[in-house]
Amino acid sequence: MAKDRLMDFDKALELFEPVLGFEVHVELNTKTKMFSAAPNGFGDAPNTNVSPVCLGLPGSLPVVNEQAVRYSISLGLALGCSIAPTSRFARKNYFYPDLAKNYQISQFDEPIAFEGQVDVELADGSIRTIPIERAHMEEDAGKLTHVGGSTGRIQGAEYSLVDYNRAGVPLVEIVTKPIFGAEHDAPELAKAYVSTIRDIVIALGISDARMERGNLRCDANVSLRPRGQEKLGTRTETKNVNSLRSVERAVRYEIQRQAVILSEGGSITQETRHWHEDTGSTSAGRPKSDADDYRYFPEPDLLPVVPSAELIEELRAALPEAPAIRRRRLKESWGYTDLEFQDVANGGLLVEVEQTIAAGATPAAARKWWTGEISRLANAAGVEAVSLISPENVAALARLVDDGTLTDKLARQVLEGVIAGEGTPEEVVEGRGLAVVSDDGALIAAIDDALAAQPDVLAKIQDGKVQAAGAVIGAVMKAMRGQADAARVRELILERAGQA
Amino acid sequence: MSEISEEQVAHLANLARIALTPEEITSLTTELDQIVDSIAKVQEVATPDVPATSHPVPLQNVFRDDVVGQTLTREQALANAPERTEDRFKVSAILGEEQ
Repeated sequence: MAKDRLMDFDKALELFEPVLGFEVHVELNTKTKMFSAAPNGFGDAPNTNVSPVCLGLPGSLPVVNEQAVRYSISLGLALGCSIAPTSRFARKNYFYPDLAKNYQISQFDEPIAFEGQVDVELADGSIRTIPIERAHMEEDAGKLTHVGGSTGRIQGAEYSLVDYNRAGVPLVEIVTKPIFGAEHDAPELAKAYVSTIRDIVIALGISDARMERGNLRCDANVSLRPRGQEKLGTRTETKNVNSLRSVERAVRYEIQRQAVILSEGGSITQETRHWHEDTGSTSAGRPKSDADDYRYFPEPDLLPVVPSAELIEELRAALPEAPAIRRRRLKESWGYTDLEFQDVANGGLLVEVEQTIAAGATPAAARKWWTGEISRLANAAGVEAVSLISPENVAALARLVDDGTLTDKLARQVLEGVIAGEGTPEEVVEGRGLAVVSDDGALIAAIDDALAAQPDVLAKIQDGKVQAAGAVIGAVMKAMRGQADAARVRELILERAGQA
Repeated sequence: MSEISEEQVAHLANLARIALTPEEITSLTTELDQIVDSIAKVQEVATPDVPATSHPVPLQNVFRDDVVGQTLTREQALANAPERTEDRFKVSAILGEEQ
């Protein structure tokens, strides 16, 4: 695959105005699927969470999950949308084995929610309003694994394996209107938008919102138009963007890639592009073609959804606070500086920090772990911080440091153990034998050995040069393999040397 | 007043994955054209105050509680698969993508 040429980002922005659009799919965390009583579960053995409806067997009939409708309305309201007095399901017809029926039940011209807006905060504290076109209900498709070929991608695959556990899982697809005026902030705005949607669905409690598991998926539309031109440029739709960081990178990449083509008089092909996390680039997928003729028509197996005004008001009254207000409240209650708060917010870690504090950690410790060591490890591995460790385990780790069981250094080792799947922090401490040695007897034995080995140091300490104790502390820490509290060791050295 | 062309019928057949002979395309074009004409007659009497009908039964809001019910066993699920592995359906590699 030929490597795309990219224009310098600032240069691209000088010549062109980027116009963005997003389609975010949110998997709802209902107990059962959208149209059948099969369980909605992640990670179960393939083809065990399926019913005749999920497989589209003849004679099977879908029935709408009421909880999924309530969740969809709540999400619509949280996005500032109007809720349709009457909304209908429609068939989207296409042939692909990710759905056995040869159609997906979705919504077409009568979505459950439409015309909304959501405020998104950028790193500099400025607020951008993203216009929402619609949010509609649909079912997720099954999971295909392509076998053969070198990459695990469809090109060159010999055959594909299908697991229908995910087929029929309730989805809400949120579609924005074209977003103008993002300019240099376009990549950051893309990330901030998806992060805000994630915060909203977590606050509503309607989705697990784990991007690496596909609970939240973003398709990013990018087009460029020359400065001063009214007409929109041809857009591409980048799929497979599975982390907040990738959303930002993918938008930046498409702006830079398209700018080169357009500036040389070429034209952009309207197509799907795939984001490749490993190379940080996009590649052409299928061009938009005849196959996109989905021949939508009203789903004859399902009846209209007509939510009562009472239901809508009940759900509206139960909405969590708006993201901007929530941020102000959290910042105040955690006592963070502007910079500290931005660190957490820009890292997409508000929910994690909030849950860690709720699990008993101090605001300072929660922030330090998430934005520090955990983010560092996540970046190195190219994954989301939240996929590495749960907030409860971070709180437990902080607690072990607070009560003196672990030093910061040992805690980092315990963190690695938790990430490696060795259990809770307590279990890792136990399993790896990592706790700080608080048994003075063991420490004194090590100190006496060290003092005996360095009689000149002992003499200096006894002479009143207590800073000489540093050399002994080092030797003792080494003997204890780092599992000692340096301050306590120092106290004991001075005591043993008769200086305490 | 032929509105349906043979190209449109061939296009639809392709979308529906139905192989049609040239003779079938010609006869279906005539039939579909008659159907479209008939619907056009209905449209003449359907004034804007008549809402579109997507369902003949005046029912709405038929829901199911979010409670797990019976599922198929994996063996049942895979029973009709033309090809399978231990736990999954096996299909030929198809050019295209997930939607």
